[in-house]
Amino acid sequence: MKQIIYFLLRNKNFLLFLFLFLLSIFINYRSNSYTSSKIINSSNEVLGYIYNNTTDIKNYFNLVNENEKLVNENKFLRSIIINNKIDTITDSVNYNITGAHVIKNSFRLTRNYITLDVGKKIGIKEDLGVISSKGIIGVIDKVSTNYSRVISILNTNLNINAKIKTSNHFGTLNWDGESPSYVQLKDIPKQANIKIGDTITTGGNSFIFPKGILIGSIKSFKLDNSQNYLELEVLLFNDMSNINNVYIIENKAIDEIKSLDE
Amino acid sequence: MNNIIKNIISAITLILLQCLILNNINFSNSINPFLYIYIIIYFPVINNRMAFILFSFLYGLSIDFFSDSAAIHAAACASLAYFRPLFLKLFFGMTYIHQVVKFNNIDIRQNILYVSSLTLFHHFVLFLIEVFDSSKIILIIEKTIFTGLFTILLILLLNLFLKKK
Repeated sequence: MKQIIYFLLRNKNFLLFLFLFLLSIFINYRSNSYTSSKIINSSNEVLGYIYNNTTDIKNYFNLVNENEKLVNENKFLRSIIINNKIDTITDSVNYNITGAHVIKNSFRLTRNYITLDVGKKIGIKEDLGVISSKGIIGVIDKVSTNYSRVISILNTNLNINAKIKTSNHFGTLNWDGESPSYVQLKDIPKQANIKIGDTITTGGNSFIFPKGILIGSIKSFKLDNSQNYLELEVLLFNDMSNINNVYIIENKAIDEIKSLDE
Repeated sequence: MNNIIKNIISAITLILLQCLILNNINFSNSINPFLYIYIIIYFPVINNRMAFILFSFLYGLSIDFFSDSAAIHAAACASLAYFRPLFLKLFFGMTYIHQVVKFNNIDIRQNILYVSSLTLFHHFVLFLIEVFDSSKIILIIEKTIFTGLFTILLILLLNLFLKKK
Protein backbone atom coordinates (compact mmCIF):
# COMPACT_ATOMS: atom_id res chain seq x y z
CA MET A 1 0.00 0.00 0.00
CA LYS A 2 2.79 2.37 1.01
CA GLN A 3 4.60 1.50 -2.19
CA ILE A 4 1.58 2.46 -4.28
CA ILE A 5 1.18 5.80 -2.54
CA TYR A 6 4.87 6.56 -2.98
CA PHE A 7 4.60 5.63 -6.63
CA LEU A 8 1.62 7.92 -7.10
CA LEU A 9 3.36 10.78 -5.31
CA ARG A 10 6.57 10.35 -7.25
CA ASN A 11 4.79 10.36 -10.60
CA LYS A 12 2.06 12.84 -9.81
CA ASN A 13 3.13 15.25 -12.56
CA PHE A 14 3.15 12.56 -15.18
CA LEU A 15 -0.18 11.16 -14.02
CA LEU A 16 -1.80 14.59 -14.08
CA PHE A 17 -0.43 15.21 -17.55
CA LEU A 18 -1.59 11.81 -18.77
CA PHE A 19 -5.05 12.38 -17.34
CA LEU A 20 -5.43 15.81 -18.93
CA PHE A 21 -4.04 14.61 -22.24
CA LEU A 22 -6.36 11.62 -22.42
CA LEU A 23 -9.27 13.81 -21.37
CA SER A 24 -8.69 16.16 -24.28
CA ILE A 25 -8.21 13.28 -26.71
CA PHE A 26 -11.53 11.94 -25.47
CA ILE A 27 -13.23 15.32 -26.01
CA ASN A 28 -11.74 15.43 -29.50
CA TYR A 29 -12.88 11.94 -30.25
CA ARG A 30 -16.42 12.72 -29.10
CA SER A 31 -16.52 15.87 -31.20
CA ASN A 32 -15.67 13.82 -34.29
CA SER A 33 -19.07 12.25 -34.30
CA TYR A 34 -21.97 14.27 -35.58
CA THR A 35 -23.82 15.15 -32.38
CA SER A 36 -21.24 16.01 -29.84
CA SER A 37 -19.05 18.50 -28.03
CA LYS A 38 -21.87 19.68 -25.85
CA ILE A 39 -19.79 22.03 -23.73
CA ILE A 40 -16.99 23.45 -25.80
CA ASN A 41 -18.35 25.54 -28.63
CA SER A 42 -18.77 29.18 -29.38
CA SER A 43 -22.56 29.25 -29.60
CA ASN A 44 -22.72 29.77 -25.86
CA GLU A 45 -23.99 33.14 -24.74
CA VAL A 46 -20.85 34.88 -23.46
CA LEU A 47 -18.66 34.07 -26.45
CA GLY A 48 -21.53 34.80 -28.80
CA TYR A 49 -21.85 38.24 -27.30
CA ILE A 50 -18.14 39.01 -27.72
CA TYR A 51 -18.07 37.79 -31.30
CA ASN A 52 -21.27 39.64 -32.14
CA ASN A 53 -19.71 42.96 -31.15
CA THR A 54 -16.43 42.44 -32.96
CA THR A 55 -18.27 41.28 -36.08
CA ASP A 56 -20.23 44.53 -36.17
CA ILE A 57 -16.98 46.40 -36.62
CA LYS A 58 -15.65 44.01 -39.23
CA ASN A 59 -18.89 44.12 -41.20
CA TYR A 60 -18.65 47.84 -41.56
CA PHE A 61 -15.61 47.48 -43.79
CA ASN A 62 -17.30 44.85 -45.87
CA LEU A 63 -20.54 46.71 -46.62
CA VAL A 64 -19.83 47.48 -50.27
CA ASN A 65 -19.17 43.86 -51.11
CA GLU A 66 -22.19 42.60 -49.23
CA ASN A 67 -24.49 45.15 -50.87
CA GLU A 68 -23.32 44.09 -54.27
CA LYS A 69 -24.00 40.45 -53.46
CA LEU A 70 -27.51 41.22 -52.21
CA VAL A 71 -28.31 43.39 -55.24
CA ASN A 72 -27.20 40.58 -57.53
CA GLU A 73 -29.39 38.12 -55.69
CA ASN A 74 -32.35 40.48 -55.83
CA LYS A 75 -31.84 40.84 -59.55
CA PHE A 76 -31.85 37.10 -59.95
CA LEU A 77 -35.01 36.66 -57.86
CA ARG A 78 -36.74 39.43 -59.74
CA SER A 79 -35.88 37.84 -63.04
CA ILE A 80 -37.54 34.64 -61.84
CA ILE A 81 -40.73 36.47 -60.91
CA ILE A 82 -40.83 38.40 -64.17
CA ASN A 83 -40.17 35.34 -66.27
CA ASN A 84 -42.91 33.48 -64.39
CA LYS A 85 -40.77 30.54 -63.48
CA ILE A 86 -43.09 29.89 -60.60
CA ASP A 87 -42.35 26.16 -60.49
CA THR A 88 -39.11 26.72 -58.60
CA ILE A 89 -40.98 28.72 -55.99
CA THR A 90 -43.92 26.34 -55.61
CA ASP A 91 -41.36 23.62 -55.08
CA SER A 92 -40.14 25.41 -52.03
CA VAL A 93 -43.40 26.18 -50.21
CA ASN A 94 -42.56 23.17 -48.09
CA TYR A 95 -39.57 25.05 -46.78
CA ASN A 96 -39.35 27.94 -44.33
CA ILE A 97 -36.54 30.38 -44.99
CA THR A 98 -34.94 32.51 -42.23
CA GLY A 99 -32.16 35.05 -42.73
CA ALA A 100 -29.11 35.20 -40.46
CA HIS A 101 -25.68 36.78 -40.19
CA VAL A 102 -22.39 34.99 -39.68
CA ILE A 103 -20.68 36.25 -36.54
CA LYS A 104 -17.79 33.81 -36.59
CA ASN A 105 -16.38 31.79 -39.44
CA SER A 106 -13.45 29.44 -39.67
CA PHE A 107 -12.05 27.61 -42.67
CA ARG A 108 -8.45 26.78 -41.84
CA LEU A 109 -8.99 23.82 -39.50
CA THR A 110 -9.94 20.36 -40.63
CA ARG A 111 -13.21 20.56 -38.69
CA ASN A 112 -14.64 24.01 -39.22
CA TYR A 113 -17.69 25.57 -37.63
CA ILE A 114 -19.60 28.80 -38.24
CA THR A 115 -21.56 30.71 -35.61
CA LEU A 116 -24.79 32.53 -36.54
CA ASP A 117 -26.61 35.30 -34.68
CA VAL A 118 -29.98 33.54 -34.50
CA GLY A 119 -31.13 30.92 -32.01
CA LYS A 120 -33.96 29.06 -30.33
CA LYS A 121 -35.74 32.35 -29.68
CA ILE A 122 -36.89 32.64 -33.28
CA GLY A 123 -37.40 28.92 -33.78
CA ILE A 124 -34.05 27.67 -35.02
CA LYS A 125 -33.55 23.97 -34.40
CA GLU A 126 -30.77 21.44 -34.85
CA ASP A 127 -30.31 19.75 -38.25
CA LEU A 128 -31.51 22.66 -40.38
CA GLY A 129 -29.67 23.42 -43.62
CA VAL A 130 -27.79 26.68 -44.18
CA ILE A 131 -27.21 28.21 -47.63
CA SER A 132 -26.04 31.52 -49.04
CA SER A 133 -27.07 33.19 -52.29
CA LYS A 134 -24.33 31.28 -54.09
CA GLY A 135 -24.85 27.85 -52.62
CA ILE A 136 -24.57 25.47 -49.74
CA ILE A 137 -22.85 26.44 -46.45
CA GLY A 138 -23.53 23.69 -43.90
CA VAL A 139 -25.89 22.17 -41.34
CA ILE A 140 -26.84 23.54 -37.92
CA ASP A 141 -25.66 21.27 -35.13
CA LYS A 142 -26.10 23.24 -31.90
CA VAL A 143 -28.49 25.96 -30.81
CA SER A 144 -28.55 28.26 -27.77
CA THR A 145 -31.10 30.97 -27.01
CA ASN A 146 -29.65 33.64 -29.27
CA TYR A 147 -26.94 31.88 -31.26
CA SER A 148 -26.43 28.74 -33.25
CA ARG A 149 -23.49 26.77 -34.55
CA VAL A 150 -23.19 25.41 -38.09
CA ILE A 151 -21.03 22.49 -39.23
CA SER A 152 -19.39 24.06 -42.25
CA ILE A 153 -19.16 22.20 -45.55
CA LEU A 154 -15.43 22.52 -44.83
CA ASN A 155 -15.64 19.96 -42.03
CA THR A 156 -14.30 16.48 -42.60
CA ASN A 157 -17.19 15.01 -40.60
CA LEU A 158 -20.01 16.38 -42.73
CA ASN A 159 -21.37 14.18 -45.52
CA ILE A 160 -23.92 15.64 -47.90
CA ASN A 161 -25.94 13.90 -50.55
CA ALA A 162 -25.17 15.56 -53.90
CA LYS A 163 -25.88 14.93 -57.55
CA ILE A 164 -24.88 16.09 -61.00
CA LYS A 165 -27.34 18.72 -62.14
CA THR A 166 -28.04 17.31 -65.60
CA SER A 167 -28.35 13.62 -64.69
CA ASN A 168 -29.61 11.84 -61.60
CA HIS A 169 -26.39 10.14 -60.58
CA PHE A 170 -25.76 10.96 -56.97
CA GLY A 171 -22.90 10.51 -54.49
CA THR A 172 -21.55 11.68 -51.18
CA LEU A 173 -19.95 15.07 -50.78
CA ASN A 174 -17.15 15.28 -48.23
CA TRP A 175 -14.12 17.47 -47.62
CA ASP A 176 -10.59 16.07 -47.44
CA GLY A 177 -9.35 18.88 -45.18
CA GLU A 178 -6.93 20.44 -47.62
CA SER A 179 -7.94 23.40 -49.82
CA PRO A 180 -10.91 25.51 -48.62
CA SER A 181 -11.98 26.08 -52.25
CA TYR A 182 -12.45 22.43 -53.20
CA VAL A 183 -14.60 19.61 -51.86
CA GLN A 184 -14.68 15.97 -52.98
CA LEU A 185 -17.67 14.09 -54.36
CA LYS A 186 -17.36 10.31 -54.10
CA ASP A 187 -19.31 7.24 -55.21
CA ILE A 188 -20.55 8.57 -58.55
CA PRO A 189 -20.94 5.50 -60.81
CA LYS A 190 -18.47 5.50 -63.67
CA GLN A 191 -21.26 5.18 -66.25
CA ALA A 192 -22.26 8.75 -65.45
CA ASN A 193 -21.53 10.94 -68.41
CA ILE A 194 -19.76 13.92 -66.87
CA LYS A 195 -17.72 16.78 -68.22
CA ILE A 196 -15.35 19.17 -66.51
CA GLY A 197 -17.31 22.29 -65.60
CA ASP A 198 -20.65 20.50 -64.96
CA THR A 199 -22.66 21.83 -62.04
CA ILE A 200 -23.11 19.85 -58.81
CA THR A 201 -26.27 20.41 -56.74
CA THR A 202 -27.79 18.86 -53.61
CA GLY A 203 -29.45 15.54 -54.29
CA GLY A 204 -32.71 15.79 -52.37
CA ASN A 205 -32.19 12.37 -50.77
CA SER A 206 -31.80 13.96 -47.36
CA PHE A 207 -34.47 15.84 -45.47
CA ILE A 208 -32.17 18.74 -44.72
CA PHE A 209 -31.71 20.37 -48.11
CA PRO A 210 -34.26 20.63 -50.89
CA LYS A 211 -33.22 19.27 -54.28
CA GLY A 212 -31.18 21.53 -56.52
CA ILE A 213 -29.33 23.86 -54.16
CA LEU A 214 -26.10 24.84 -55.91
CA ILE A 215 -22.79 23.47 -54.61
CA GLY A 216 -20.03 23.90 -57.19
CA SER A 217 -18.62 22.89 -60.54
CA ILE A 218 -16.49 19.88 -61.49
CA LYS A 219 -12.80 20.70 -61.71
CA SER A 220 -11.40 17.23 -62.36
CA PHE A 221 -12.31 13.59 -61.87
CA LYS A 222 -10.64 10.19 -61.58
CA LEU A 223 -11.52 6.57 -60.86
CA ASP A 224 -11.30 5.58 -57.21
CA ASN A 225 -9.44 2.56 -55.79
CA SER A 226 -12.26 0.13 -56.56
CA GLN A 227 -12.21 1.21 -60.25
CA ASN A 228 -16.00 1.31 -60.27
CA TYR A 229 -16.75 4.75 -58.99
CA LEU A 230 -15.59 8.23 -59.85
CA GLU A 231 -14.04 10.66 -57.43
CA LEU A 232 -14.75 14.28 -58.36
CA GLU A 233 -12.93 17.42 -57.33
CA VAL A 234 -15.59 20.12 -56.96
CA LEU A 235 -14.84 23.86 -57.01
CA LEU A 236 -17.26 25.53 -54.56
CA PHE A 237 -19.34 28.45 -55.85
CA ASN A 238 -19.16 29.99 -52.39
CA ASP A 239 -16.00 31.67 -51.23
CA MET A 240 -16.08 30.09 -47.77
CA SER A 241 -13.65 32.66 -46.40
CA ASN A 242 -16.05 35.50 -47.18
CA ILE A 243 -19.63 34.86 -46.12
CA ASN A 244 -21.92 37.14 -44.18
CA ASN A 245 -25.60 36.88 -45.11
CA VAL A 246 -26.96 33.34 -45.03
CA TYR A 247 -30.37 31.68 -45.15
CA ILE A 248 -31.58 28.86 -42.94
CA ILE A 249 -33.87 26.32 -44.59
CA GLU A 250 -36.41 24.41 -42.56
CA ASN A 251 -38.23 21.49 -44.10
CA LYS A 252 -41.79 21.73 -42.74
CA ALA A 253 -42.52 18.12 -43.53
CA ILE A 254 -39.52 16.73 -41.68
CA ASP A 255 -41.49 15.36 -38.72
CA GLU A 256 -43.94 13.68 -41.06
CA ILE A 257 -41.15 12.10 -43.12
CA LYS A 258 -39.30 10.97 -40.01
CA SER A 259 -42.47 9.39 -38.57
CA LEU A 260 -42.69 7.25 -41.72
CA ASP A 261 -39.22 5.87 -41.06
CA GLU A 262 -39.98 4.78 -37.54
CA MET B 1 0.45 37.96 -5.23
CA ASN B 2 1.26 40.80 -7.58
CA ASN B 3 2.83 38.35 -9.98
CA ILE B 4 -0.24 36.16 -10.09
CA ILE B 5 -2.48 39.07 -11.01
CA LYS B 6 -0.01 40.20 -13.64
CA ASN B 7 0.06 36.72 -15.16
CA ILE B 8 -3.71 36.44 -15.21
CA ILE B 9 -4.07 39.79 -16.93
CA SER B 10 -1.47 38.95 -19.57
CA ALA B 11 -3.12 35.55 -20.10
CA ILE B 12 -6.50 37.18 -20.74
CA THR B 13 -4.94 39.77 -23.06
CA LEU B 14 -3.19 37.06 -25.04
CA ILE B 15 -6.37 34.96 -25.30
CA LEU B 16 -8.33 37.92 -26.66
CA LEU B 17 -5.50 38.92 -29.00
CA GLN B 18 -5.26 35.37 -30.29
CA CYS B 19 -8.96 34.80 -30.84
CA LEU B 20 -10.15 38.15 -32.08
CA ILE B 21 -7.20 39.15 -34.25
CA LEU B 22 -4.60 36.45 -34.87
CA ASN B 23 -7.13 33.72 -35.68
CA ASN B 24 -8.37 35.89 -38.55
CA ILE B 25 -5.07 36.54 -40.28
CA ASN B 26 -5.31 33.51 -42.59
CA PHE B 27 -2.05 34.24 -44.31
CA SER B 28 -2.07 32.43 -47.68
CA ASN B 29 -5.45 30.98 -46.81
CA SER B 30 -4.68 28.86 -43.78
CA ILE B 31 -1.69 30.04 -41.78
CA ASN B 32 -2.43 31.63 -38.42
CA PRO B 33 0.29 32.17 -35.81
CA PHE B 34 -0.38 30.87 -32.30
CA LEU B 35 1.21 33.64 -30.31
CA TYR B 36 -0.70 32.66 -27.16
CA ILE B 37 1.90 30.02 -26.22
CA TYR B 38 4.25 32.91 -25.39
CA ILE B 39 3.07 32.83 -21.81
CA ILE B 40 3.75 29.10 -21.39
CA ILE B 41 7.17 29.32 -23.00
CA TYR B 42 8.28 32.22 -20.81
CA PHE B 43 6.45 31.22 -17.65
CA PRO B 44 8.77 31.71 -14.65
CA VAL B 45 10.43 28.46 -13.61
CA ILE B 46 8.55 27.29 -10.52
CA ASN B 47 8.69 24.27 -8.29
CA ASN B 48 5.00 23.48 -8.44
CA ARG B 49 4.82 21.68 -11.75
CA MET B 50 1.32 20.33 -11.15
CA ALA B 51 -0.12 23.84 -10.93
CA PHE B 52 1.75 24.82 -14.07
CA ILE B 53 0.43 21.86 -16.06
CA LEU B 54 -3.11 22.48 -14.85
CA PHE B 55 -2.86 26.19 -15.66
CA SER B 56 -1.61 25.43 -19.19
CA PHE B 57 -4.40 22.95 -19.77
CA LEU B 58 -7.08 25.46 -18.75
CA TYR B 59 -5.37 28.18 -20.75
CA GLY B 60 -5.41 26.00 -23.87
CA LEU B 61 -9.00 25.03 -23.19
CA SER B 62 -10.07 28.67 -23.16
CA ILE B 63 -8.52 29.08 -26.62
CA ASP B 64 -10.54 26.05 -27.70
CA PHE B 65 -13.72 27.63 -26.39
CA PHE B 66 -13.20 30.50 -28.77
CA SER B 67 -12.08 28.59 -31.83
CA ASP B 68 -14.56 25.69 -31.71
CA SER B 69 -11.74 23.20 -31.85
CA ALA B 70 -12.86 20.60 -29.27
CA ALA B 71 -9.78 20.31 -27.03
CA ILE B 72 -6.76 20.29 -29.34
CA HIS B 73 -5.14 23.40 -27.87
CA ALA B 74 -5.69 22.08 -24.36
CA ALA B 75 -3.90 18.84 -25.19
CA ALA B 76 -1.04 20.61 -26.94
CA CYS B 77 -0.61 23.11 -24.09
CA ALA B 78 -0.62 20.40 -21.42
CA SER B 79 2.09 18.50 -23.31
CA LEU B 80 4.06 21.71 -23.76
CA ALA B 81 3.93 22.40 -20.01
CA TYR B 82 4.81 18.82 -19.11
CA PHE B 83 7.77 18.55 -21.48
CA ARG B 84 9.12 22.07 -20.94
CA PRO B 85 11.67 21.08 -18.24
CA LEU B 86 13.21 18.69 -20.76
CA PHE B 87 13.87 21.57 -23.14
CA LEU B 88 15.03 23.82 -20.30
CA LYS B 89 17.57 21.21 -19.25
CA LEU B 90 18.69 20.81 -22.85
CA PHE B 91 19.27 24.49 -23.52
CA PHE B 92 20.17 25.99 -20.14
CA GLY B 93 21.76 23.00 -18.43
CA MET B 94 23.29 23.97 -15.10
CA THR B 95 21.36 27.21 -14.63
CA TYR B 96 18.14 25.26 -14.89
CA ILE B 97 19.19 22.57 -12.43
CA HIS B 98 20.02 25.25 -9.86
CA GLN B 99 16.69 26.90 -10.63
CA VAL B 100 18.09 30.27 -11.51
CA VAL B 101 16.92 30.59 -15.10
CA LYS B 102 15.94 34.19 -15.72
CA PHE B 103 14.38 34.68 -19.12
CA ASN B 104 15.25 38.36 -19.04
CA ASN B 105 18.95 37.89 -19.47
CA ILE B 106 19.55 34.87 -21.64
CA ASP B 107 21.74 34.71 -24.68
CA ILE B 108 19.91 35.57 -27.93
CA ARG B 109 21.06 32.38 -29.67
CA GLN B 110 19.92 30.19 -26.79
CA ASN B 111 16.66 32.09 -26.79
CA ILE B 112 15.99 31.49 -30.48
CA LEU B 113 16.78 27.78 -30.21
CA TYR B 114 14.66 27.39 -27.09
CA VAL B 115 11.63 29.19 -28.56
CA SER B 116 11.89 27.41 -31.92
CA SER B 117 12.09 23.92 -30.49
CA LEU B 118 9.22 24.45 -28.03
CA THR B 119 7.03 26.08 -30.70
CA LEU B 120 7.61 23.33 -33.26
CA PHE B 121 6.93 20.72 -30.58
CA HIS B 122 3.65 22.41 -29.60
CA HIS B 123 2.52 22.83 -33.21
CA PHE B 124 3.35 19.26 -34.09
CA VAL B 125 1.27 17.90 -31.21
CA LEU B 126 -1.52 20.35 -32.07
CA PHE B 127 -1.79 19.40 -35.74
CA LEU B 128 -1.25 15.72 -35.01
CA ILE B 129 -4.34 15.72 -32.79
CA GLU B 130 -6.31 17.99 -35.07
CA VAL B 131 -5.82 15.94 -38.23
CA PHE B 132 -5.65 12.58 -36.40
CA ASP B 133 -4.87 10.64 -39.53
CA SER B 134 -1.51 8.91 -39.99
CA SER B 135 -1.86 8.89 -43.78
CA LYS B 136 -1.71 12.69 -43.78
CA ILE B 137 1.63 12.98 -41.99
CA ILE B 138 3.02 15.18 -44.80
CA LEU B 139 0.16 17.64 -44.32
CA ILE B 140 0.84 17.70 -40.55
CA ILE B 141 4.54 18.41 -41.01
CA GLU B 142 3.84 21.05 -43.64
CA LYS B 143 1.37 22.83 -41.36
CA THR B 144 3.76 22.57 -38.40
CA ILE B 145 6.65 24.17 -40.26
CA PHE B 146 4.78 27.00 -41.96
CA THR B 147 2.68 27.99 -38.96
CA GLY B 148 5.68 27.42 -36.69
CA LEU B 149 7.90 29.90 -38.55
CA PHE B 150 5.21 32.54 -38.28
CA THR B 151 4.71 31.90 -34.55
CA ILE B 152 8.44 31.86 -33.75
CA LEU B 153 8.90 35.20 -35.48
CA LEU B 154 6.05 36.80 -33.55
CA ILE B 155 7.15 35.39 -30.19
CA LEU B 156 10.71 36.64 -30.65
CA LEU B 157 9.49 40.08 -31.72
CA LEU B 158 7.13 40.33 -28.74
CA ASN B 159 9.91 39.20 -26.43
CA LEU B 160 12.30 41.79 -27.85
CA PHE B 161 9.65 44.48 -27.49
CA LEU B 162 8.84 43.59 -23.87
CA LYS B 163 12.54 43.41 -22.96
CA LYS B 164 13.19 46.89 -24.31
CA LYS B 165 10.52 48.24 -22.03
